[in-house]
Amino acid sequence: MQFTRRDALIMGLGAAAASVLPIQAFAAASAEEELAQFTGGAAVGEGGLTLTAPEIAENGNTVPISVDAPGAVSIMVIASKNPSPKVATFNFGPMAGSQSASTRIRLAGTQDLVAVAKMSDGSFVQASQAVKVTIGGCGG
Amino acid sequence: MASGVKPRVKVPKTAAAGDVVTIKTLISHKMESGQRKNKDGSPIPRSIINRFTCDFNGENVIDVTLEPSISTNPYFQFEAKVPASGDFTFTWYDDDGEVYKTSKSIAVA
Repeated sequence: MQFTRRDALIMGLGAAAASVLPIQAFAAASAEEELAQFTGGAAVGEGGLTLTAPEIAENGNTVPISVDAPGAVSIMVIASKNPSPKVATFNFGPMAGSQSASTRIRLAGTQDLVAVAKMSDGSFVQASQAVKVTIGGCGG
Repeated sequence: MASGVKPRVKVPKTAAAGDVVTIKTLISHKMESGQRKNKDGSPIPRSIINRFTCDFNGENVIDVTLEPSISTNPYFQFEAKVPASGDFTFTWYDDDGEVYKTSKSIAVA
């Protein structure tokens, strides 16, 4: 069998598509899976949770964020475009002075940061914030 | 990474009974994400701190699960209730099984 130039081009396109698609599909599903695993499939509302992150982060290696959700039991932070979307889970104990915490995280690129809080009554709320990242922070 | 890990914690020395105090913690750790590659292209294995807890007199204040997306030298700031004098215990759990501990006492005036 002889390859014409047209065949070669089509094969090249197919190979490129095949190599890109599964990675994106995997990352997207993974972020949703993490969310579903945390909420147990329960409906997620809005309000009562504050997620603070800079609009523009010059360096994706250290992006300061803070979460605050009065009455929460635990708060999970997800960065959907990171190689592993889960960032951290904060569980508040009986001696917590407030259900808030700050930390510094890595972001691979410009994306929406999502925080989901589990309230003491078992309901879930989420908040999101778009962060522009100038230099990605996950190597590669 | 068992060498050069140094926890640093900032807790007020005194507080009034029932006060809420702000605590800041930092631990030096490179938090290797497992995503980076070295010069010959092979991936550098993941090596992170995967859990951080803070307790006051044996009762839990905060318990954080860390993932590779947490920055180098993990920093946390949070608030704790102080009903009486006592000790804050801070514990970091490394992927390699190492546990780093430090404690700070606070006096209620």
